[in-house]
Amino acid sequence: MATNGAANLPNPVGLLAELTHRCPLGCPYCSNPLALEGRADELDLDTWARVFREAATLGVLQVHLSGGEPGARRDLVEITKAANQAGLYTNLITSAVGINAERLAALAAAGLDHIQISVQDSEQSSADHIAGYQGAFRRKRELAAEVVRLGLLLTINMVVHRANIERIDRMVELALEFGASRIEIAHVQYYGWALKNRAALMPSREQVDGAIAALESLRRRYQERIVIDAVFPDYFARYPKPCVGGWGRRSLNVTPSGRVLPCHAAETIPGLEFWSVRDRSLAEIWEASPAFRAFRGTDWMREPCATCPRRERDFGGCRCQAFALTGDARATDPVCHLSPDHSMVERLAAIQEDRAYVYRR
Amino acid sequence: MEPLGLEARPRLKRGVRLVHNEAQGGWVLLAPERLFQTDPIGAEILKRCTGEATLGAIVDDLATAYNAPRGEILDDVSALLRTLAEKQLVDL
Repeated sequence: MATNGAANLPNPVGLLAELTHRCPLGCPYCSNPLALEGRADELDLDTWARVFREAATLGVLQVHLSGGEPGARRDLVEITKAANQAGLYTNLITSAVGINAERLAALAAAGLDHIQISVQDSEQSSADHIAGYQGAFRRKRELAAEVVRLGLLLTINMVVHRANIERIDRMVELALEFGASRIEIAHVQYYGWALKNRAALMPSREQVDGAIAALESLRRRYQERIVIDAVFPDYFARYPKPCVGGWGRRSLNVTPSGRVLPCHAAETIPGLEFWSVRDRSLAEIWEASPAFRAFRGTDWMREPCATCPRRERDFGGCRCQAFALTGDARATDPVCHLSPDHSMVERLAAIQEDRAYVYRR
Repeated sequence: MEPLGLEARPRLKRGVRLVHNEAQGGWVLLAPERLFQTDPIGAEILKRCTGEATLGAIVDDLATAYNAPRGEILDDVSALLRTLAEKQLVDL
């Protein structure tokens, strides 16, 4: 990987810009923190424009305009334009609620490269139930049609859990029907809201095996028509995921109020000091922020990670998950079968309870 | 593998962009949530994939520019474009 001179520091390639935590949907696996930042604390347009310019200089190639629902920002078109002018590949991650045809056309004119629409399920009533918003599914279908009409590239994102995991094939067909060229099958990752709802979201081992088999046959069947990207359900894995491609190595995340995080869940780890773009440049934060330095590279590792031949491949897995499950952010991600705490993951993966969702509000 | 037909007019798909970024060490092909680093030769091929030039014209152009055998270039270009078409990055 390319470095930017001193100290063998990697260059980030992706920036997740959480423009707001406001969102009309209430998905029970929302990736936003349990304590949401309010509108009054949100960065203004000029600050975002500066952040984008600094990001591009730092080596960032792609910006993901996300939230909450980014459509809740009245200045979304101007923000998009600023990202485009900074030379970044600009991706909008939206629930579709809050983006109408007129606004989409303005976004396309502002230089939007790609749009990702979340769809909660292939069945309307189930999708609206999961989103906690009546009519959400219909809005997604309508926006997708507009995206295709404008000739923009469309990805459908489906978060998978016990209630919809048996309809992956139907979801891929729906994505094709919507005109998407790519679909993300993202099994729920258990942080924040999803951790709160874990037992209600957790699929069975049989469902997971079925989903993995379905995926392989779907990829063969639709090879030339749609790209199918999948995130494996890591409670059922043998090795952990290389979370965010390694801490402070590939990407960074700016919260609505300007705090810069190595990943969207990093604030769940106590004792980390996060710096803000209100006070410092992105380059300074990337290089020297205590939060970024905490788990960058492999020096922080203990056994079994420290001497593991996979340590440069999965980077010890996910720090947030290690903390959430063991209370120690320096521990091996217990998803790994080499972790002394691995039996805990097996036990948790077996707990499925049909209880009402705690919606994100 | 069979070379591609010379009358094809390859082009980067909408939403796919070739950029040069110093900090990342060169040419990168950007697509939704994905990026592919490409060497300078790959970049020279992709710059010509505008949807206007035919594959035949692109190969002629590269053969002249690099003083290389046409057949070899056609094989290289075909292999690259096939791979990228499979990844939904290029229309053939």
